[in-house]
Amino acid sequence: MSINIDIEFTLNGRRVQANVPADMSALALLRDKLGMTGTKLACGEGECGACTILMDGESVNACLMYAVDCQGRDILTIEGLRTEEVLHDIQQAFVDHGAIQCGFCTPGMILQTKYLLDSHSSMTPDDLKRGLESNVCRCTGYKKIFDAISDVATDKA
Amino acid sequence: MTAEQDSNLDINQGPQEYVAPTTLGQAAEAVADGNATILAGGTDLMLQTAVGHINYRTRLVNIRRVAELRGVSKQDDEIRIGAATTITDIRNDELLSRMAPVLVEAANHFAGSQIRNAATIGGNICNASPAGDTLPALLILDAEVELTCSSAGTLAQRRMPLTGFFTGPGQTAMLANELLSAIVFRIPEHRAEATFIKSGPRPALEISIVSAAISAIRDTNALFHVRLAFGAVAPVPLRATATEAFIEGKTLDDDLIEQAVDILMSEINPIDDVRATAWYRRHLAAVYLRRLLVDEY
Repeated sequence: MSINIDIEFTLNGRRVQANVPADMSALALLRDKLGMTGTKLACGEGECGACTILMDGESVNACLMYAVDCQGRDILTIEGLRTEEVLHDIQQAFVDHGAIQCGFCTPGMILQTKYLLDSHSSMTPDDLKRGLESNVCRCTGYKKIFDAISDVATDKA
Repeated sequence: MTAEQDSNLDINQGPQEYVAPTTLGQAAEAVADGNATILAGGTDLMLQTAVGHINYRTRLVNIRRVAELRGVSKQDDEIRIGAATTITDIRNDELLSRMAPVLVEAANHFAGSQIRNAATIGGNICNASPAGDTLPALLILDAEVELTCSSAGTLAQRRMPLTGFFTGPGQTAMLANELLSAIVFRIPEHRAEATFIKSGPRPALEISIVSAAISAIRDTNALFHVRLAFGAVAPVPLRATATEAFIEGKTLDDDLIEQAVDILMSEINPIDDVRATAWYRRHLAAVYLRRLLVDEY
């Protein structure tokens, strides 16, 4: 058994405390300890992007991040994206374009899009596709996903 | 915890202590007894411990909060990259894109952005995968690793060439009481041109089937100061020194290139694995050498 460590961090704008095994993943912390199941476990090895979260504004795979490393950080998951009952622009674009089939990849797709748009002043359609290379949709609904994302990117520019 | 993970607990015990130092001195102290597993980006450690390729030592030491270990700087005629600098930081670094664009190119081919945002160059080196994406580029830059240890309360550092650092797949010359603090290389001569290429079924987010990097100074139809490195064709990332020596200063033509390919074939020792056969890796290494030499001359 691993030693347990007390951590405190900001999750979707709220301070949270947890006691976690030193070898636990951030994904297990979010899903199993904190009940935030919007972040998905799919491949578990950083290939699919379903577990994408934003850590201090940068996208990372929660399945490859240590929960203890959440200490002091600002973590954003899909649950924290909307404000009150208003969807975030990216979420709304996915709804408008029907860019969802089974929905399993959607939280990761949306958070990776947020990272790309927040960290780049402008992105071409090719930049967006390249930026989403580590987010896999096995329904292969990429066309509508890219349509939704391109819409948000255009509105932003 | 899944049942599968539970059944692994006996052979893969978790860490018994955890520390997150904020200075290099504290970090070196935390590994000084040789009983520490170093956590940087975590992207390899999480996977390798889960499948039992790496077992945790007693203490997990998270060096991600050590500011001294992050960033790229120029000191006299050298560039120094802190071991905990992320691949994203390298990819976006202005100094590197001017002085060592081949390393930026390698960073650009490294996994996808979620992994690049977490993974560190020191982790890529210490993980010592024969297929590590930054390694051929660092090898042709004649990079050296800086290893730090704490000895009787004072910091001691030694440097060694990256070529001698890799001792086998996942194995390095770093001692258990040391940590990799930086990677250092001389600013390449202005006339030296360098290129990195890698193969995988997808452009990125792919472990290389073969990767290759070359650096040379071109003079008419000959190459000088040739540095040639290959990934995933041997138990360690390989500097192809015999091939380099053969090419050095000779006029490049089709005949010479084919002779160079023959020498390269005797230098490499690829394996069959899930990604490719040894035969295909040989074929690809030959294609890459031809491509690098034709592009260079």
